[in-house]
Amino acid sequence: MSFPWAKHYEPVNPLMRYLDEKLPLPRLVYNAIGGGYPVPRNLNYMWNFGVLAGFCLVLQIVTGVVLAMHYAANAGVAFSSVEHIMRDVNWGWALRYAHANGASAFFAVIYLHIFRGFFYSSYKAPREMVWLIGVTIFLLMMATGFMGYVLPWGQMSFWGAKVITGLFGAIPVVGEPIQIWLLGGYAPDNAALNRFFSLHFLLPFVIAGAVILHIWALHIPGSSNPTGIEVKKESDTIPFHPYYTAKDGFGLGVFLILYCVMLFLLPNYLGHPDNYIEANPLSTPAHIVPEWYFWPFYAILRAFTSDFFFIPAKLMGVLAMFSAILLWFFLPWLDKGPVRSGHYRPLFRKFFWFGLIPAMAVLFYCGGAPAEEPFVMLSQLATAYYFLHFLVILPIVSMIERPDPLPYSITEAVLGEDKAAVLGENATPGV
Amino acid sequence: MADTTGDAIPGTVTVHDAHDGDGVRRRDFINIAAVGAAGVGGVAVLLPLISQMAPSADVLAESSTEIDVSSVQPGMAIKALFRKQPLFVRRLTPAEIKAANAVDVSSLRDPETLADRTKEGHEDMLITMGVCTHLGCVPLGAGEGENKGPFGGYFCPCHGSAYDTAARIRKGPAPKNLEVPEYEFTSDTVVKVG
Repeated sequence: MSFPWAKHYEPVNPLMRYLDEKLPLPRLVYNAIGGGYPVPRNLNYMWNFGVLAGFCLVLQIVTGVVLAMHYAANAGVAFSSVEHIMRDVNWGWALRYAHANGASAFFAVIYLHIFRGFFYSSYKAPREMVWLIGVTIFLLMMATGFMGYVLPWGQMSFWGAKVITGLFGAIPVVGEPIQIWLLGGYAPDNAALNRFFSLHFLLPFVIAGAVILHIWALHIPGSSNPTGIEVKKESDTIPFHPYYTAKDGFGLGVFLILYCVMLFLLPNYLGHPDNYIEANPLSTPAHIVPEWYFWPFYAILRAFTSDFFFIPAKLMGVLAMFSAILLWFFLPWLDKGPVRSGHYRPLFRKFFWFGLIPAMAVLFYCGGAPAEEPFVMLSQLATAYYFLHFLVILPIVSMIERPDPLPYSITEAVLGEDKAAVLGENATPGV
Repeated sequence: MADTTGDAIPGTVTVHDAHDGDGVRRRDFINIAAVGAAGVGGVAVLLPLISQMAPSADVLAESSTEIDVSSVQPGMAIKALFRKQPLFVRRLTPAEIKAANAVDVSSLRDPETLADRTKEGHEDMLITMGVCTHLGCVPLGAGEGENKGPFGGYFCPCHGSAYDTAARIRKGPAPKNLEVPEYEFTSDTVVKVG
């Protein structure tokens, strides 16, 4: 599962030798994130976000378990139990803000992690399984984030729950029974709140399990790198520890500074004031938007305003929103190009920076804006480009584009020359 | 760390510069400073995670209770709630006071006189926790018609601890007398406990 030159775990301490014989957990860690995992030597800072996402998952589980010690999942007292956490519980304000802003931080690093994958085509063979598990983790995160947002039982919680479960109501014939079944009632109430709490507690551990599979699948081919060419020999790699533990440690420090600025100076910046009003089934807030990390998909949902052939607009919006993510599952097969890194794909790169990224930015902005012109039209244009990009442009570009010349090896990409390239089997006559 | 692995890989710069006379490299300093800061930060994070389990402000706000004792007649007791635990407030009869004072203090398991366990001028008001000092059950004897045990005070049905009229342990497994909480008379008839 690793390169032949990977260093072997050799415990010196007799206790560690005994442990290695009975339960080789330190060996597993050594081979996963220690000196025993050789990593391409040229990873840039975009490769920090996997570790940061792992950190965020731990942060959310720790603060979440603590909050669950004080929170009461009952529609009658949920709202005041959150106020109890904010006012009465020792450090409760810090723990709740850490959890709420931790969710934002988690999505922020995950989006950067995904965009790293888009640009460097990390989804391509032999890492398709890594990508598929990753998209699954993202879906689980969205479900977890949504259900967590319902728990404070404020106005946004309630109407968020109503609107999102309403999405299932768009399914023909069985939609409404499914919605009623999901909520355990005709509108969000105690039954819904209780099941959301139960699942919100469970799913992070499912995510943790999926993360283990994600890393396992990654470690079979080994990490990708900014050139997109595979590791050929030992000089292309360095051990994970100390090189990337140090680099990830630095990235974690920068991340924590930004996180603490949000946590201590702008704790409610990403939240909605309406969620400090207790849930009221008789009054919808004037401007109802989800959390920022759902904005692009929310914009796609709202982009469909009229019936599309025989499909009603409501159903079309829901289908489009789910397809926007489900599409990612097919990415390894939609992008047929043999070259991975965007650095060596001039045409792909143009569509990436001047097509996909602006479209995502527009969707992001429109998702947070009110449902009125010009935002609706902008969402429609951006939605159209989004699907066009993945379903048409990317497959065609990947077939017709002529990639830039690749370096012989990672070593050559880093040092400007690789003696093996001259002397080895790939030597060009006359050089 | 860098030296040992660095040499094996062509092009990896091995840090031999920035040496000072004692052999401490700049990298060592940065390493120790970074790991030290992370360690201090990690320990600091434990503070909120641990103290969040301590009683919260609303629990602490309920940590004192005011009780009007004017309605408690001699020979009668009431049960109140103090910090979510039962509190026995009992007005002793002259006979009970006499019985309590007749005991040789040095023969007791937890030697205390009745005067030690009441306030001056209110020797007939016996205010104790209703929590058996053995394993925390509520002893009988405060309610009307309850078994007061062989010593006329309180009797714990769980494991048979018997307390006398000054709520001192006399028989059974309990190690201590029923606890007298901190309290004061804010007027002749009102007691503030805690």
